[in-house]
Amino acid sequence: MADNYLDLVNTPLPGRIAKALGLPRPSVLRRYTPGEALAPMPVLVTGSGAGADALAELLLGWDIEVRRHVLPGEKLSAAVVVLDQAASPMDLAAPMLELGQAVKLLVPGGRVVGIFRSPAETADPAEAAARQGVDGALRSVAHELRGGATANGIVLRGTATTTDPTTLGALRFFLSGRSAYVDGQFLDVAPAPADSVTELAAATTAEGEGVPDQPLAGRTAVVTGAARGIGAKIAEVLARDGARVVAVDVPAAGEQLAQVANRVGGTALQVDITAPEAATRILEHVGQRYGVLDIVVHNAGITRDKLLANMDAARWDSVIAVNIASQLRMNEQILASPVFSATGRIISLASTSGIAGNRGQSNYAASKAGVIGMVRAQGAAFDGSARTINAVAPGFIETDMTAKIPPLRRQVARRLSSLQQGGLPVDVAETIAFLASDAAAGINGQVVRVCGQNLVGA
Amino acid sequence: MADQAGAQNTAPSPRTAVVIGGNRIPFARSSGAYAYSSNKDMLIAALDGLVARFGLQGERIGEVAAGAVLKHSRDFNLTREAVLGSALSPETPAYDLQQACATGLETVVGLSNKIKLGQIESGIAGGVDSASDAPIVVSEGLRRVLLDLSRARTTQQKIKALSALRPKDLSPNAPTTGEPRTGLSMGEHQALTTAAWDISREAQDELAYRSHRNLAAAYERGFFSDLMTPYRGLTRDANLRADTSLEKLATLKPVFGKGLDTPATMTAGNSTPLTDGAALVLLGSEEYATANNLPMLANIVDAEAAAVDFVHGEEGLLMGGVHAVPRLLERNGLTFDDFDFFEIHEAFAATVLSALAAWEDPDYCKRVLGLDGALGSIDRSKLNVNGSSLAAGHPFAATGGRIVASLAKTLSEQGGRGLISICAAGGQGVVAILEARN
Repeated sequence: MADNYLDLVNTPLPGRIAKALGLPRPSVLRRYTPGEALAPMPVLVTGSGAGADALAELLLGWDIEVRRHVLPGEKLSAAVVVLDQAASPMDLAAPMLELGQAVKLLVPGGRVVGIFRSPAETADPAEAAARQGVDGALRSVAHELRGGATANGIVLRGTATTTDPTTLGALRFFLSGRSAYVDGQFLDVAPAPADSVTELAAATTAEGEGVPDQPLAGRTAVVTGAARGIGAKIAEVLARDGARVVAVDVPAAGEQLAQVANRVGGTALQVDITAPEAATRILEHVGQRYGVLDIVVHNAGITRDKLLANMDAARWDSVIAVNIASQLRMNEQILASPVFSATGRIISLASTSGIAGNRGQSNYAASKAGVIGMVRAQGAAFDGSARTINAVAPGFIETDMTAKIPPLRRQVARRLSSLQQGGLPVDVAETIAFLASDAAAGINGQVVRVCGQNLVGA
Repeated sequence: MADQAGAQNTAPSPRTAVVIGGNRIPFARSSGAYAYSSNKDMLIAALDGLVARFGLQGERIGEVAAGAVLKHSRDFNLTREAVLGSALSPETPAYDLQQACATGLETVVGLSNKIKLGQIESGIAGGVDSASDAPIVVSEGLRRVLLDLSRARTTQQKIKALSALRPKDLSPNAPTTGEPRTGLSMGEHQALTTAAWDISREAQDELAYRSHRNLAAAYERGFFSDLMTPYRGLTRDANLRADTSLEKLATLKPVFGKGLDTPATMTAGNSTPLTDGAALVLLGSEEYATANNLPMLANIVDAEAAAVDFVHGEEGLLMGGVHAVPRLLERNGLTFDDFDFFEIHEAFAATVLSALAAWEDPDYCKRVLGLDGALGSIDRSKLNVNGSSLAAGHPFAATGGRIVASLAKTLSEQGGRGLISICAAGGQGVVAILEARN
């Protein structure tokens, strides 16, 4: 499970050899620890217009040294390129070329974040070309960056501005170590509904120290499939962020489930999520113990791989039953229950297999693409409410499951991403914790890939 | 029968003690899945599962009481040591209790009484036993030599102490289920009672069959999903034979009572096997449960212990519960008709059947129990509805916790009142009443 190659090339001599031979040189990623400095070095805010100016002004209030232009030789923690006013592809040249100067100066684990408006929301062909152009340019920058740096984009929807609490929530996520393995991704951000903005303001517009170490304090979260792997890590990260965690898994996994619950100070609930009464039992438990259910993480999933030509009904049906049918049934009951919060969050695990397909995984891909379809439709139904639903699609993550891939294929799979390494369960968990927080109030119905910009399904 | 205990029945309990929930690990057959687990390991596993179920991490529980029947001398503080190894607050006090197979139920009685008196708000009660990791002790001869040797001061004294050692002293003593005063094993004692009550082989096999069938059905409907936490790869009681049949049970050879004049009827199928496991229940006052948003499954109403003179052949070794039940019913003004569920521990199928026969026999009830007539019959459809020890197995001190948690959950689902009777070595029995809260 350990990535020995990554460890090796991060030691002096083998690192030089790898460089001389032109071999991949993955970096140790900058990951989140509570109380992290968002940007110890200056941050460049490039781009012209009121949106860029307002953002630069605001970041000054965050303990961040802000530059509007690259200073020769000065290292940068991040570069934010603001293109919200781009009306024609010609408008991209100056800010992108300035960004080109900045990327050379990024510290290891540096960040590039683009902020622009949604190409889907303009009828003007030139404006749409400019906006879509930013998407392509940023994806390319992500491929080019080295040293564990990432490039991502914030796509403003509707009346969202560069300094809306929801925009700042997404910006903070991308700048933070929480997004270590999120690369080449775009988050559509809408202004948050009025009833969730008050809490947001406290969470995102204050100075650095105003950001709570425990953004999920007082929330109750249910995590399915919590006994092992990514699910156990999700439980840990949500608990670290302050949530009370109800760890759910099948009764047969009860021993590990109890250990997870005891580690995170939560409760263990042994439920088979494919049972018709699963949601009722979860809602009863949460209702009795905590009163309100704030966060649901549908993480439980199985694989039963076979080429479609050799697929039998048992393999197909069990994967569909666990990975998508159970979520649909549970969501229906959860949404109908008074226990589920008016600002409730649902986060569902998809997979890059559900985006790009994968040989031998027609059943799994059907279930995970199904999750994406479900999230988009349910997200549309949530529009205008303070509830959100989103999907997280992990790429190659170092787990017991991927440890079973033959060694050579595993090495290749790791190096296929821009970050040239597999992600860790904590990377998936951090993204989920972000989507569960107030800071993500403007993000709904979306699929966030945690894949290090894997070539598969890009 | 206006005995001394009866005089106290008018005093109302100051408070109510409730069963909040339970947790046990699946029971394993001896030298099976838990062959290398100690009593402490299993008790910690059961505690940690309970802590996880109810979110008790770091909490100071009023008191934890548990015990083991087969116990190593080093485990003199078994329960407290298990608490220290668990996720509970290290400031949780604990004590060990031992009353043979009634240990688990007696811990529930003791802690619920403390709760009723207001001495504690919460308690965890139960027990553990390993027949696999049983203590083996040195012989009495070797033990004396070693003690004399430790007291010896001069070389001469040491030589003298050692010279008392005989080769036979070097063989260790393994634990047995033999009664110290009679030398008979528990099975042979029960065989005497079985013969005295003329309990048939068919009736015993039928009871064993129902135990397996009821336990299997309980698993099928997920009854144990919030009563059990898997351990060491075991997710169900290893002794359960969901596919057993009366025909299969009929083929087994008798193992007890073969030296008697009457036909031997007790087999490995209608007797409990040696088993490893642990079971606990979480108890609390109503105030504690309410303040912590915890469920309340059932009230613990009352309990009674009894002992019989089995040494002089006046009564069967495992008939203690038979004597305790009428006293408990009398004190609470109840008859069998007032109960919806009966949990009679299946040490042997014949133990249960002997008890039922005794309570139905007017002559016995008058002569031995001092009643006016037969105590009454128990409707078999209300007996051990989720299976009992014949199917689940019987890690001696763990059985009480298993029964109390299962009965409390049944009462919370179906309402009504339940009677528990557990027989124990030494001619003892402990019985208790649980009541649904609605």
